Amino acid sequence: MSEVKFSKEHEWVTIKDDVATIGITKHATELLGDIVFAELPEKGTSVTKDGTAGVVESTKAASDVYTPISGEVVDTNQSIVDDPSKINNDPEGDAWFFKLKVKDLNEINSLMSREEYEKFAKESTN
Amino acid sequence: MNKTALYNLHKKFNAKFVSFAGYEMPIQYKDGIIAEHNLTREKSGIFDVSHMGQLFIAGDVKLTDKLQDIFPTDLKNLSVNQSKYSFLMNENAGIHDDLIITKISKGYMIILNAACKEKDFEIIKSKLGEDFKISLSKDLSLVAVQGPDSKDLIEKIIPGVNKLKFMFGGDFKFNSNNIYVTRSGYTGEDGFEISINNNDVVKFVETLISLGSNLIGLGARDTLRLEAGLCLYGNDIDENTSPLEANLKWAISKNRINSNFPGAKRIQRQINEGVTKLRVGIKPDGKIIARESTKIFDENNNQIGKITSGSFGPSVKSPIAMGYVNNTYTKENTKIFLEIRGKKVSASVCKLPFYKKNYYKGDINVRS
Repeated sequence: MSEVKFSKEHEWVTIKDDVATIGITKHATELLGDIVFAELPEKGTSVTKDGTAGVVESTKAASDVYTPISGEVVDTNQSIVDDPSKINNDPEGDAWFFKLKVKDLNEINSLMSREEYEKFAKESTN
Repeated sequence: MNKTALYNLHKKFNAKFVSFAGYEMPIQYKDGIIAEHNLTREKSGIFDVSHMGQLFIAGDVKLTDKLQDIFPTDLKNLSVNQSKYSFLMNENAGIHDDLIITKISKGYMIILNAACKEKDFEIIKSKLGEDFKISLSKDLSLVAVQGPDSKDLIEKIIPGVNKLKFMFGGDFKFNSNNIYVTRSGYTGEDGFEISINNNDVVKFVETLISLGSNLIGLGARDTLRLEAGLCLYGNDIDENTSPLEANLKWAISKNRINSNFPGAKRIQRQINEGVTKLRVGIKPDGKIIARESTKIFDENNNQIGKITSGSFGPSVKSPIAMGYVNNTYTKENTKIFLEIRGKKVSASVCKLPFYKKNYYKGDINVRS
């Protein structure tokens, strides 16, 4: 498993072999508040780095979920669709969103390390 | 940006603030909207609604006559300390504001929406003329305490309030200063609204918190009122909707329908001929949420209306919405379609409220 990487749109990604697992960050869930709806990409579709790949809605508003890396969707996490509150409870663990067969492993180089992301998140909140 | 007298207390309790009607108001505290919503339904919640306008008009019988020319409400038969929900309307029966009129010993107190209060003040003042003293308070805060435990909590610091019935009020004391309390609110729960001097409000709210009540933000206030089927001014009603279209005919006193208040002619016409659009409850199928401005279609893809409020209802545990549909689509269980992010999602028209109201109307708690 690769080190976890982060996007400016508040997604996280880990890569094992050529499959990436993607979710939204704890910081994102804190900004969103209580999540009550999640929509995931369909299996078999291709998604492009920084393109939309889902939606989450809190009691307050809807937000797009972007993919930090390009590829083909090979799995989605139905349990967060059935119970969206899981996303608030464990955003960087069990509540992953989707898995991709990675198109270009080099894309990960443009993403942030945890330390960089935490600094970015803190600055973007202030 | 305006701040209420409770601003620093909100801050102390880790409020997230939003700008609302020119005020910096708490949208939620640290536990979030759903937790706050549930606390209000199950225990007790405190809402700072000091941004709302508290208008006082002094006068006697002459004032009652004059106000009846402005509002569609039977004020002559209102007893002292009784409140009624009413509207300030334009000549076309469009709603300038929805408000609560309470008869008090010296005249009337009217609670106005924050975004409308200055405009309402000017309209009412110009209609009243020079004969009556009218003032929009700057010294008073307004706090709502809502939920089933509220009556026992508040009785400990304001003895006697638990005898008030829904939509009645009275003069009480806190900290040996005068306060005015009504049994009312906008959550669908039993509760109270307390008009209290800015200098006393922090201590009042801190006392309630120490007794076990909880600060609740505007986010939960919105989900609570939506579940109770109550309108948010600016979303569900505005200057282009009449009380009849908004399904609020009950708030126009029967013995006033043929009177001469602003908008009366259109109201009479709509009573006789019906309305072309009506506010209804809407339940999307599944979990998707339909927000305000979502377009509503029939099964032949004709647009038949628009959503005016929509969110997730934490107590009903599903998405809920209200909106206006053409008059042939208002029946319960009518199948409709909502256009959300380019896709058509099925939904049904349903009865309001989504959550049964629980008001105290006397010896028994009436669920209506």
